[in-house]
Amino acid sequence: MQGKIAIVGDGESITVFKAAGVAAFPAENEERAREIIRKAAKDYKVIFITEELARPLETFLKRFDEEPYPVILSVPSKNGSTGYGTETLKRAMERALGVDILFNN
Amino acid sequence: MARLNVNPTRMEMKKLKARLDTARRGHKLLKDKSDEMIRRFSIIIRENKRLREEVEREISETLKQFSAARSVTPSYQAEAAFAMPSVSVYAECATGSVMGVEVPSVKADSIKRSDGLPYAYSEITSEADYSVERAAVLIPKMLELAETEKTTRMLAAEIERNKRRVNALEYVMIPQLEETIAYIKSKLDENERAAVVRLMKVKSNSNRQ
Repeated sequence: MQGKIAIVGDGESITVFKAAGVAAFPAENEERAREIIRKAAKDYKVIFITEELARPLETFLKRFDEEPYPVILSVPSKNGSTGYGTETLKRAMERALGVDILFNN
Repeated sequence: MARLNVNPTRMEMKKLKARLDTARRGHKLLKDKSDEMIRRFSIIIRENKRLREEVEREISETLKQFSAARSVTPSYQAEAAFAMPSVSVYAECATGSVMGVEVPSVKADSIKRSDGLPYAYSEITSEADYSVERAAVLIPKMLELAETEKTTRMLAAEIERNKRRVNALEYVMIPQLEETIAYIKSKLDENERAAVVRLMKVKSNSNRQ
C-alpha cells in the first residue's frame, strides 16, 4: 500500500523537504500543528514533526501509538536537535525494561 | 489474600483446581513471551538509537547547509523556487508483526522525478541543490527511523501490558486460587472427621443399650 509523507514544522525547516518531495505544512505554533496533524492523520501514513512542536503535543501524539499507522516521528528543526528524540527513546526503554541499557547515566 | 467466595464442595474444588492449572500454564507462557519481547526490544532499541543519532546529525547538517544556501537568494525568490516540487516521495506501507504486535513497516518508494531538481538552476545557488539532493537521500533513512521508533514505542507498551498480566496472575490470581482450594480442602476434611466421630458416637451409644 502506498502512503503519502508529510512534514509539519516552521517554514524554514521544512522547505528543503518540500523540494525533495514531501508534503510540507508550515505551522507556527503547536495549536496549528495539532489541527494539521488531526487532518493529516487520515491521509498521510508518515508524518514528520519538528521537535519544538512535538514536545508540547506529546500527549496528543501519544494517541497515535495505538495503531501502526500513521507513523509520527519527531525530527530536529533548523535549530538543531533538542534531545527530545533521545528523551522519548529513553522513556520507552524505561517503561519496558525498567532499566537504562543504552545511555547509562 | 482474600479467598474466593465459593461453597466448600468437592465440585467447586475440582473446578478451582482446573482453573489453577490453567492460570499456572498461562503464567508460564506469558512470562516466556515477556522474556522474548524484552530480548527483541533491546535489539530494536539499540538499532533505534543508532539510526536516531545518524538521522539527527544529517538533518541538522542538511538544514544548516540549506539555510546558508537560502540566505544568499532573496527569500521571495527562494519561496517561489521551492513552492512547486516536481518530485514526490511515497512510502510503501505494510504491517509486520513482532511477537504478535502489529507494527508498521515502511519503505521509501521509487521517487518519481521528472528532471531532477524542482526548480530552474538560475533561480538558486548550487549549494541548495546539494542540500535538496541530500534531503532526498535522507528521506529513506528517516522513514526507516520512523518505522523503528514506532515499533519501539508499540513494543514498549505491549511489554508493559504483558508485565501487568503476568503480575496479576502471579500475585493475585494464583495465590487466591491456592488459598481457596486449601480452604475447601480443610473444610471437607473437617466434615469427614465430624462424620467419623458421629458414627463412632452412634455406635458406642447403640453398644451400650
